[in-house]
Amino acid sequence: MITTTNPILRIHNISKSFGSSTILNSVSFELAKGEIKVLIGPSGGGKSTLLQCINCLVVPDSGEIELESERVDYSRKQDLYKLRQKIGMIFQDFNLFDHLTALDNITIALRKVKKLDKKEAMRRARLELDQVGLSDKEALYPAQLSGGQKQRLAIARALAMDPKILLLDEPTSALDPTLIGEVIAVIKGLAVNGMTMIMATHQISLISNLADQILFMEDGRIVEQGPPAALLAAGSTSKSQGFCDRLNELAEVEG
Amino acid sequence: MPNALSAVIDSLPYLLQGSFLTIGIVVSAMFLGLGLGIFMAVGLVYGNRFLRYLLIAYVWIFRGVPVVVLLFLFYFGLFTFLGLKFSAFTAVAIVLGMTTGAYQANIFKGAILSLPQGQLKAARGLGMSDLQAIRSIILPQILRMSIPAWSNEYSIILKDSALAFVIGAPEIMARTQFVASRTYQHLSLYITAGIIYFLLTWAGVIALRKLEQYVRIPGYSHHGNQ
Ligand SMILES: Nc1ncnc2c1ncn2[C@@H]1O[C@H](COP(=O)(O)OP(=O)(O)O)[C@@H](O)[C@H]1O
Ligand SMILES: [Mg+2]
Repeated sequence: MITTTNPILRIHNISKSFGSSTILNSVSFELAKGEIKVLIGPSGGGKSTLLQCINCLVVPDSGEIELESERVDYSRKQDLYKLRQKIGMIFQDFNLFDHLTALDNITIALRKVKKLDKKEAMRRARLELDQVGLSDKEALYPAQLSGGQKQRLAIARALAMDPKILLLDEPTSALDPTLIGEVIAVIKGLAVNGMTMIMATHQISLISNLADQILFMEDGRIVEQGPPAALLAAGSTSKSQGFCDRLNELAEVEG
Repeated sequence: MPNALSAVIDSLPYLLQGSFLTIGIVVSAMFLGLGLGIFMAVGLVYGNRFLRYLLIAYVWIFRGVPVVVLLFLFYFGLFTFLGLKFSAFTAVAIVLGMTTGAYQANIFKGAILSLPQGQLKAARGLGMSDLQAIRSIILPQILRMSIPAWSNEYSIILKDSALAFVIGAPEIMARTQFVASRTYQHLSLYITAGIIYFLLTWAGVIALRKLEQYVRIPGYSHHGNQ
């Protein structure tokens, strides 16, 4: 385990149950500035729930979250709003606002949450659209965009809020194989620019190329963690290695 | 039938004046119902158990009791009991508004439930409060979706507004009855009244259809979008 002197995010003993089933069971880890952690593991293992607990879209039953050394008080709505402003989230199925143009998908939170005036919000939104290569699409609605364009727009929308951390929940899983590349390119660009990220993904190139650390989740626990160089080394018998081997086989069958 | 025709021609301005009152009642009722409907739909979907049961009871009462009973109950009973001196116009607008509010609540509730929940999650993920998310993300979409159902409500409320004559609001129906009872030209006058109601319904439905097209989002269909 990496022990960072001053982690940007500290998750300590987070647990969450729905009804009688425990979905997260005392999950802890620390995230350093600029670090990229990749969550892998079988479906239903709790990856999405963990990501949504980190920005309190799902409020944990117990455990602590500290962002930049500030402890989040779950009972204070203002704390939750502030936390979510500082943490960007990318969803598998984009969750764009269907009634707003690409430009307004970005400006709406800048105006309502960051209270920017219209002109400043539009200036910022155009900057972000340009970053993800969607400058010429600003007047289009989500329904008029391809899957890859939708996900790039969702990333631009999150980045416009200047998040300290970006959470990505299987950002390429809903995409046609031919459209995955353009989204991967954008995510790699973020990594190059030093964005701090936690990403659940089954995309082998993202796992092995981007991860500083792999967290293998199963039954609501982190059962294995370490850098890809160690976990995915040739001859390794780790769960992560077995999991990635199966992903590779699948990719070959499909590809 | 010269008498029938002249009775209609003579009384037409008088009847048409009544249609202003009718329109006034319907427009007030629809907007009151819109406000109530949105508030109740949000409460029905996102409210706590106590609020939900309260709203469900409201919806059932206004769906289950005939409008004319509600009208008498409110105008002669409740308003008097509370010491409120409402005109017949105001009373009808309130009762019809509360009635259509119950139906609009269900319309909007259905629309909210049919929205992909992910959009609300995304809005909150960006730091929006629940109220901001409902206002900026949920409402603009459910209002668009609800226009066809709204045009249904409009035609129902327009027709129900004729009941206003029983408490003496001088709208189309009351005026028709007044002229008919003096000229004995019942057939031609009620046909005229019917035509006026029909034209008002038609104009309103067309206007709402135009509105629906005007606010339509390119490529958007609320069934299986994304
Ligand atoms: N809101 C919810 N209510 C009840 N069960 C849920 C809810 N969200 C997730 N779960 C359950 O939690 C488990 C973990 O789900 P999830 O976090 O989505 O895992 P993963 O992303 O690793 O596939 C699943 O069994 C799922 O059915
Ligand atoms: Mg998941």
